[in-house]
Amino acid sequence: MSERRPAAAADRLPVLKTHKVYVGGKFPRSESGRFDRALAPDGTPIANICRCSRKDVRDAVTAARAAQAGWAARTAYNRGQILYRIAEMLEGRSGQFEALLAAGGTAPDEAAAEVQAATDRLLHYAGWTDKFQQVFSSVNPVATSHFNFSILEPMGVVGVLAPESPLLGLVSSIAPAIAGGNTTVVLVTGSQPLPATTLGEVLNSSDVPGGVVNILTGRRDEMLAPLAAHRDVDGLLLCSPDPDVTRSAEIEAVHNLKRVAVRGHEDWTDIQSPYEITDLQEVKTTWHPIGS
Amino acid sequence: MTESTQSTGLAAPKLRLGGADGWGYAPAPESTDHVELRDRYGLFIDGDFTDAADGRTFETANPATEEKIADVALASDADVDAAVAAARRAYEEVWSQLPPRERGKYVYRIARVLQERGRELAITESLDGGKPIRESRDVDIPLAAAHFFYYAGWADKLDYAFPGRGARPLGVAGQVIPWNFPLLMAAWKIAPAIAAGNTVVLKPAETTPLTALKLAEIIREAGLPPGVVNIVTGAGETGAAVVQHPDVDKVAFTGSTEVGKLIRRALAGSGKHYTLELGGKAANLVFEDAAVDQAVEGIVNGIFFNQGHVCCAGSRLLVQESVADEVISKLKDRMETLIVGDPLDKNTDIGAINSRAQLDKIEEYLEIGEAEGAAPFQTSCPVPERGYWCRPTLFLRASQSHRVVQEEIFGPVLAVQTFRTVDEGIAMANNTPYGLSGGVWSDKGAKAFRVTSRIRAGVLWANTYNKFDPTAPFGGYKESGIGREGGLAGLHFYLQPEAAA
Repeated sequence: MSERRPAAAADRLPVLKTHKVYVGGKFPRSESGRFDRALAPDGTPIANICRCSRKDVRDAVTAARAAQAGWAARTAYNRGQILYRIAEMLEGRSGQFEALLAAGGTAPDEAAAEVQAATDRLLHYAGWTDKFQQVFSSVNPVATSHFNFSILEPMGVVGVLAPESPLLGLVSSIAPAIAGGNTTVVLVTGSQPLPATTLGEVLNSSDVPGGVVNILTGRRDEMLAPLAAHRDVDGLLLCSPDPDVTRSAEIEAVHNLKRVAVRGHEDWTDIQSPYEITDLQEVKTTWHPIGS
Repeated sequence: MTESTQSTGLAAPKLRLGGADGWGYAPAPESTDHVELRDRYGLFIDGDFTDAADGRTFETANPATEEKIADVALASDADVDAAVAAARRAYEEVWSQLPPRERGKYVYRIARVLQERGRELAITESLDGGKPIRESRDVDIPLAAAHFFYYAGWADKLDYAFPGRGARPLGVAGQVIPWNFPLLMAAWKIAPAIAAGNTVVLKPAETTPLTALKLAEIIREAGLPPGVVNIVTGAGETGAAVVQHPDVDKVAFTGSTEVGKLIRRALAGSGKHYTLELGGKAANLVFEDAAVDQAVEGIVNGIFFNQGHVCCAGSRLLVQESVADEVISKLKDRMETLIVGDPLDKNTDIGAINSRAQLDKIEEYLEIGEAEGAAPFQTSCPVPERGYWCRPTLFLRASQSHRVVQEEIFGPVLAVQTFRTVDEGIAMANNTPYGLSGGVWSDKGAKAFRVTSRIRAGVLWANTYNKFDPTAPFGGYKESGIGREGGLAGLHFYLQPEAAA
């Protein structure tokens, strides 16, 4: 299972995996043809990954936009089942993810715990899809003869700067966004990108419609500004403890007044609540007269 | 008025009450003798009225007469510093130490005094800002009082604001409000802020400072601890000093999208809390199955309420082709009955444009619309010689790319387009950078729900328009703003949830 390129054994040469990005339900390479190396902690190359360009970012936004209305129109029950399905797939491939984490330097027992926590987190948000609306929407007792209610609607397309936490943080940032009906463009720029590229395969086999989650690997300084400035992106989830990173992205986001949520945590163990969903929602208030 | 007569009978002559055809209304002005206005107003800092540190003032005038009402202190950076320091001190030493129930009682007091002095405030609002007395009396002031009353009750119930979490206030809020609903916007800002335990520095608009300063008197009358509410008057520079002050924890701004973006940029990376209520270009969609007469009333209310100085105004009429001729014909007839004039006259429908600058902007758009090829229609009502006035105006045959369709005019100017299918209407409604509000007119409930759910905007009115309530969250999608005001959602923006246990 190790991703480290093993020496040729006498009887059989292992088949190595090409790590590609996940856009619109497909696994293309970067349009730029460029690559970076994923490294083990000791600096040994483990695999080549795509070094995506700003054009890849735009293509991913197009895919996310195309998928958004359909995803938001799915019933909450259906979205919950799909998130549950992601958890099932992740559980089934836990050994692979443990190996990927271990190859990136996570201790084996911690790797197993992280995969389990990520799986449980998906389950947690699977359960919220048909509940957060009940907890957070309201019927408003206006002083006129109107039926007035406020509900939550997804922001739309949400750009996610994924955290350094390679699996638990990644899942914790994507799951609440899509649980609430958003589609996402996820930038994976941390030192351990391989769980992310493999998570694309999990998503792709979990009935998640193409374009709901788009995962790009590459460099933050090349991808974040075009994503943050993109006028067809409605919200940003910036998972970075670096105030300079979030500040510059927030300035780019002013172009179309994107909503920006910042998550500076490095430890994602306890970052789980319905507020992770509601921070990526809009409140819509509707008035209907009561009369004959 | 000539109508063609056919052998089959006479077309009934149109009788237009209030028009220039001899059936006008006698003037019905509101009495002003009980309203005390001073010649000079100071800044309200730390519970006292003071002159600006550098002694500067500006004039506020009556837009219906162009006559000066009073000199008002112009706050500089030093005054804003003093106001923020007072707010900080009040927050740390007094307001955050009070039992929540007692905090709520102060806010209730404000609501009650606003009601007691309601007529005085309504008249002051109409004098200073030009809005018809019917609106200031029946909408602005009662809603302002209702806002304080609603949020007062939240003060001791904050534990219920965030399910599963505790809640705590943010600290000092810096707030900047516009001139279209001066007292109501002050209420929207101050009431949730102080009920939640914050203290505030509020800057009213430079053309309409008077009701906010009367509110300061009321706050003093209500006995609020000094510094909980501070009001600094001035123009853009004063506002910039408030929102950029380093010791402000939360910024709340209502105004243009252009200025909102400047504020958002200045706040980038600061980690400060903010709400922005910005511009709009709402579509009012009239479907062929609408009750047409009601829809016409809704269109008129949507765009001509408060001279169209309304961020959520229904400034685009989208009417289904099959009923377009009927709707537009009835709309023109209804518009001809609208009375433009003295804001203090109880018959007035459309008051004065708020300022010379705003009138210039509206007139520029009237030229732009015509130059772009839309067909203008303006009513024939008389307008006073002095003051700033704009007759109700339509731009017929407007195109989606026209600036009068895409940009906020903030005046009594309605761009009219037609559509054929429901999907086309929704697409047109969503095709601007704004997303504050929208209206849907249809007697088919299922269609109304479908359309309201597909318009990307924060407030949707189905078979009504321009309704507001303190319990109903208000705020925009897209470039119409970030955050909500009103209701529990509005309270959230003056609180932060405690970290999970």
